Amino acid sequence: MKPSPFDYARPASLDLALATMAEHADSASLIAGGQSLVPLLNLRMAPSELIVDISRLLELREIRDLGDRVFLGAGLTHAMFEDGVAPDPGNGLMRKTAENIAYRAIRCHGTIGGSVAMADPAADWPAVLLALGAVAILRSEGAERRVTMNDLLVGTYETSLHQGEIIVGFEIAKLPPTARTSYIKFNKKVGAFATSLAVAVHGETTRVVIAGAGSRARILRKTSEALATGADAIACIGGDLDEIMSEPDAYLRQLHVTTITRAIGEVLGA
Amino acid sequence: MTRISLHVNGTAVERDVEPRTSLADFLRESCALTATHLGCEHGACGACTVLVDGMIARSCLKFAVMCEGREVVTLEGLADDALSDTIKQAFHESHALQCGFCTPGMLMAARDLLSRNPIPSEDQVRAALAGHICRCTGYSGIVHAIILASRRLIPVE
Repeated sequence: MKPSPFDYARPASLDLALATMAEHADSASLIAGGQSLVPLLNLRMAPSELIVDISRLLELREIRDLGDRVFLGAGLTHAMFEDGVAPDPGNGLMRKTAENIAYRAIRCHGTIGGSVAMADPAADWPAVLLALGAVAILRSEGAERRVTMNDLLVGTYETSLHQGEIIVGFEIAKLPPTARTSYIKFNKKVGAFATSLAVAVHGETTRVVIAGAGSRARILRKTSEALATGADAIACIGGDLDEIMSEPDAYLRQLHVTTITRAIGEVLGA
Repeated sequence: MTRISLHVNGTAVERDVEPRTSLADFLRESCALTATHLGCEHGACGACTVLVDGMIARSCLKFAVMCEGREVVTLEGLADDALSDTIKQAFHESHALQCGFCTPGMLMAARDLLSRNPIPSEDQVRAALAGHICRCTGYSGIVHAIILASRRLIPVE
């Protein structure tokens, strides 16, 4: 359980980190909290010749109020959301999410950007940011681009990040006070990844998201539309799941139907 | 090798480390602080839990080189800590350890919980211990001990 030897760099600024990544894109890995990367390094499942430490970059911990939106730096830890140090444009949804990620010792170090970059199909932040309509701000040497969560998430441990690109943060629209949210996670043990995670945001925009079904978190299109227009959303869940799950296991499918149904019930105030 | 300097239990420490050396191995082998136990070495068992700048951390999931300039506190560093004393006494009285391998991590988790939530419910205690594995499966005594410590910490009017 010891990693292979690697070199270590701790660039003093984001620009220097981007230059380092541009130079060593093939052989370098970024480390922020390291709570997913270090186990993989220890298990020798993600060998890397150079570890670039971005955990101290203040540029990645920025919080900016943009009026109707908030910019949240990718280096903010789960515990910062849990403790209310970072603002919650999701009216409590982000705080509830953070409280339910892994264990406190992990939450104190793991970051929101790291979780998204890791792209575990059952992870919490990709699902919640997708439900909140977040836009990721990505930087590479000399360039910046904005990508919706839907375009950033590709598949299991796969994102559309280019080599050498760093997630700087996320822009998230502030939910109006009347908007309702729900986060329903089923896992076999406190702190484990979700077997099924349903997230619903119901306000001016309505999105119902499922994680743990298929290779990435997805918006349930027909269910979300039905919920937005006051139609029978529950009746649409099965059809949406059939599009997401290939060869669904009956138990898992029922579990997803249950978490989604509960999430819809919560945002409808039932 | 990379030269690092940090504080361990309040003492300035300067050592050469390989970048791949975990904080846990650094504490045990370079600092001879063996209260920090290594069980799984991939963040699942919780036995290696320490404090880094006051925040609870798994020392198997940190490289020592990342802790340059940090304040690291191990169980040894809490020998004179009143909250830890109360918890240790409660562990003793509640038979909250059998082989003792998981105990350092359990004590760190219990201290972290009670410092943030002095009167936790039993469910909250169990949730806070979910990341700590006791292979003797002696959880009942551990949960009991933390609730006992919590009661003793409440000021009596």
